[in-house]
Amino acid sequence: MTKIQNAVIGSVRTVIGWVPAGWLPGGSPDPLIERRAAIGRQASRLDGPLKVTGEARFAAEVAVDNLSYAALVHSPITRGRIMRLDTDAADAAPGVILVVTHRNMPRLGTLALIGMSDMSAIGNSDLPILQDAQVHYNGQVVAAVIAETQEQADHAVSLIMIDYTAEPAKTLFEEAKATARTPASVLIEKNHVTVGNAERELSRSAHIVDNVYRTPPHNHNAIELHTVTAMWEGDGLLVHDTTQMVAPSATALAKLFGLKREQVRVLSPFVGGGFGGKGMWDHQIVAVAVARMVGRPVRLTLSREGVYRIIGGRTPSEQRVAIGADAAGRFTALIHSGYSVMPPYGACPEQYTLGSRAIYDAKSFEFLQRHVDLDIVPNTFMRAPGEAIGTFAVESAVDEMAHAMGVDPIDMRMANIAERHPVSGAPFSQHALKQAFTDGAERFGWNRRVAEPGSRREGEWRIGIGCAAGSFPYARMPGANVRITLHGDGSATIACSAQEMGMGTATVQVQHAADRLGLPLEAIRFELGDSDLPASPMAGGSSQTASVAGAIIAAAEKLTGEMLRLAGNASPVAGLRAGEVRLTDGGIASIADPSRHDSFESILARAARDDMTVTAAGSMPLEMFKFAMHSTSAVFCELRVSDVTGEVRVDRLLGSFDCGTILNPKTAASQFRGGMIMGLGLALTEETLFDGRSGRIMNASLADYHIPTHLDVPQIDVMWTDIPDPRSPLGARGIGEIGITGVGAAVANAVFNATGKRVRDLPITLDKLLPD
Amino acid sequence: MNPISYSRAASVADALHMAGGQGARLLGGGTNLVDLMRKGVDTPSQLVDVTALPDGIDRAEDGGLIIGAAARNSAVAAHPLVRSGYPMLARAILAAASAQVRNMATVGGNVMQRTRCLYFNDVAGARCNKRVPGSGCDAIGGFNRYHAILGGSDACIATHPSDMCVALAALDGQVHIAGPAGERTVPLVAFHRLPGERPDIETVLDPTEIVVAITLPPSPFAARSAYRKVRDRASYAFALVSVAVGLTMREDRVDAISVAFGGIAPKPWRAARIEDALRGASLSPSAIEKAFEAEFADATLLPGNGFKRGLAKRTLSAMLTELGGPAQ
Ligand SMILES: Cc1cc2nc3c(=O)[nH]c(=O)nc-3n(C[C@H](O)[C@H](O)[C@H](O)COP(=O)(O)OP(=O)(O)OC[C@H]3O[C@@H](n4cnc5c(N)ncnc54)[C@H](O)[C@@H]3O)c2cc1C
Ligand code: SF4
Repeated sequence: MTKIQNAVIGSVRTVIGWVPAGWLPGGSPDPLIERRAAIGRQASRLDGPLKVTGEARFAAEVAVDNLSYAALVHSPITRGRIMRLDTDAADAAPGVILVVTHRNMPRLGTLALIGMSDMSAIGNSDLPILQDAQVHYNGQVVAAVIAETQEQADHAVSLIMIDYTAEPAKTLFEEAKATARTPASVLIEKNHVTVGNAERELSRSAHIVDNVYRTPPHNHNAIELHTVTAMWEGDGLLVHDTTQMVAPSATALAKLFGLKREQVRVLSPFVGGGFGGKGMWDHQIVAVAVARMVGRPVRLTLSREGVYRIIGGRTPSEQRVAIGADAAGRFTALIHSGYSVMPPYGACPEQYTLGSRAIYDAKSFEFLQRHVDLDIVPNTFMRAPGEAIGTFAVESAVDEMAHAMGVDPIDMRMANIAERHPVSGAPFSQHALKQAFTDGAERFGWNRRVAEPGSRREGEWRIGIGCAAGSFPYARMPGANVRITLHGDGSATIACSAQEMGMGTATVQVQHAADRLGLPLEAIRFELGDSDLPASPMAGGSSQTASVAGAIIAAAEKLTGEMLRLAGNASPVAGLRAGEVRLTDGGIASIADPSRHDSFESILARAARDDMTVTAAGSMPLEMFKFAMHSTSAVFCELRVSDVTGEVRVDRLLGSFDCGTILNPKTAASQFRGGMIMGLGLALTEETLFDGRSGRIMNASLADYHIPTHLDVPQIDVMWTDIPDPRSPLGARGIGEIGITGVGAAVANAVFNATGKRVRDLPITLDKLLPD
Repeated sequence: MNPISYSRAASVADALHMAGGQGARLLGGGTNLVDLMRKGVDTPSQLVDVTALPDGIDRAEDGGLIIGAAARNSAVAAHPLVRSGYPMLARAILAAASAQVRNMATVGGNVMQRTRCLYFNDVAGARCNKRVPGSGCDAIGGFNRYHAILGGSDACIATHPSDMCVALAALDGQVHIAGPAGERTVPLVAFHRLPGERPDIETVLDPTEIVVAITLPPSPFAARSAYRKVRDRASYAFALVSVAVGLTMREDRVDAISVAFGGIAPKPWRAARIEDALRGASLSPSAIEKAFEAEFADATLLPGNGFKRGLAKRTLSAMLTELGGPAQ
């Protein structure tokens, strides 16, 4: 983001700051917060039976006539040029339809990089794809083969001979720090933020902790591989994809291939895990381009190794956190700065300092992120980008301070948790982090903790308990549209392009629509995953539920008006205005006199209408600018560390969450648990082995890249305050990413409590816990 | 297409007849070989399926055990004779891979499995003397967390990744080999070679030969034995260090002892020096320490794997101390 954008967003903020809260959306809380029936109830996922029976068709399974298959060649060198390219053997191999290289790839522009101002800007990279002989990173796509079968394509790929001349590459984080860039902003926030003179306050503080924390690169490992099926029908383009950005993909592809938006349709009814990795990458663009070249549908499924090669993951980071505290344990200074990778052709800034701005009060602050430029596959968003690793650093540091001062780590936090946003001063819309800590500590049995590290033992195992706080911002994206169709039989269909990645998008919105429209659950159908439906934004930033809900609210209001008009003078609700009625019991009723009720069925029947359709967009998410809105958490961990081997075994994990209304306890618990399991990986096992000599990822497989196995995952307890947020649709905030947030530090702090060893670089592998 | 012929041997003679040609490979469960073929590390032209060869697990004439090379890893681990007479072997197998892999993997394939060295497995991007003799070894200056501290060479420091073989080494397993010239038997500890200048030659097995069985003599260690595997996650990871120990005690002194390590050497590492030093000794911390130093004195420690020396020592000490205590 440029300085100009920064200024624009800054001034919008300022203007909104003057608007009275009551004028803003959410000024009077969503009435459904009080009046919920289906919302908040346990409901199984609507897509569950389809998946269990195998009827759900994922992008690699869609039956398509005359399908051809593609495979990719990845560069084994990191920087350089293709000097010799021999595709003769591949061209002649059985079943090969076409070999594509930069020589014959149609000329294409590049994607607009992901930006916060244009929702169809979704490029993770703006490097040209198969346009020239230049190699920019190890694993880059340098050729593709299209063949009659996948096996033929895979084989032909092995026959392509390429000679490269290697050029010097930037692959060493430590060296590249010297030329790191300091961006003006991080996402939509100013990057370098100072409140007071934090360095001076720090140096004068009674107590100081000042350390550097390191986190390694991570790779995306969604169970479903990235896969795309592209076909041209006349001038129209149909793409079966697995994507967390259905409508934006269609818009971006239309732009890139010079088509009208209506000519492109992207279908993605099911996504087998996204986590930030299922965006727009090179493979979709190659598939679309070659499908046109061969005049046939093309399917391109990345291998697991391929995912590591061309789908970016989480950047490594080096973070300094310095905290000063006065004698009473109140923070006087909080400094959080550091380095992470973002190549100039990439777009994801890994906002690790943003979470740290929102939890604790301090007399002074300084936040600053620097981008290190390496020749690598561009890093991207990965569940709680920024917060997941930022909280590791800050929440470890808070624990270090508590230990240094001999204060209980929860008391230390309680004394410093802010009552308003610590940096902007904005009021929190709703904030019960303290309660989350109190409730969680009680359920977890925090009082069993022994403060002196290394005090508890069972046989060779030292036992420790730790905790950490987490914070993840609420977001509701602009540009969410939905269509509601009321049918003559009194049922309704809700449609939008939203994405179902297994978290229960449809399930929860059906619950919502049932309450919003006053219909039973069974009367609602939800259509999604199709870019021809009214566009909704990407699923990212834990924002989809609120974004779609906001649009349903707007559409339901419009529907109410339309139905009142249609009801006419003979209706029991005749003469009432939209503000005087609500949708309930399958129709419209007067709020003042509920006996005045007219059913949807009879209104439509009287008007001789089969149905009524409205489309509406959610209001601008102004609440985000007026209020500080954050989901927060208190994470607790109990674990054992072997005195013999240094192995860590986590015995218990508890997450206590404050995320507004919990719309469906079952799907929410899965989101929380899944996030926490990913947090265990971050804490203990996950690390992309990036060989700094070559710039190559060496553990590009699930055997060598260690995600937690079942045996690594203990019983995970989750609980929540369930206090509605008066400023958001349904009172809900995001829950998809808060689960991973804080887990790294909770584990590290428990390890410290068990052993007295402070590990400041993840993952906490056993060698770091052995005596030197 | 790389044409591959596939045939299934009905007998050992059959297998010997089919195998041995250029490009021929024996196929057990395929859990290792098929992966290597997918990655282009191995490019056979002929597969001879040996899973129909003897897979029995039976008591041998000497009271020991004979295991057919085609026996599945899971069948061995579950067998009553193994569980009662050689519990360390059952535990070693169950510490390996996943249930699905163990159900497929054969004993012959397990003994013959290749290293998990990341550079060996990366045809497109790495140099490896084992894969391409003379090309260099990228592991030495690279990621070598899983690599050897004993028995490696300047050419190669890859480890043999098997858990089962560590127990077999400690249990004095014998490898029964059939070849065109007849049968021969090699102790498991002499079956795998150290890399020296030729890391590409991993065992004493001639390409014309096949492994037909493993035998174990009666073991005195059933009552006091253990296999402990130390790894980067609780399951489904290769050993950083693993230790197999069998003991018998007379009074409070060691009578018989067997110690083998995995994860630290190019082959299952039978620690004869430790055994010699401890035989007849009492298991005091200083005696264990001295014995360990005798074995690991010339360990070569790299930045990525240097921790294994201390880890091996601590693991061994803890196991000996526990096993040497009053019998359960
Ligand atoms: C993801 C994963 C994790 C694993 N984790 C572990 C672990 O933690 N610990 C562990 O010990 N192992 C582990 N393994 C390895 C596993 O034990 C081996 O893959 C397996 O034992 C090989 O047996 P197989 O029958 O499948 O061999 P194959 O793959 O069929 O063959 C392997 C080799 O043996 C040769 N061969 C097969 N049979 C004979 C014979 N009778 N005579 C001569 N040569 C023969 C083949 O030609 C080939 O070269 C893991 C494997 C995988 C895939
Ligand atoms: S350690 Fe051995 S197997 Fe690994 S790269 Fe070096 S030579 Fe190859």
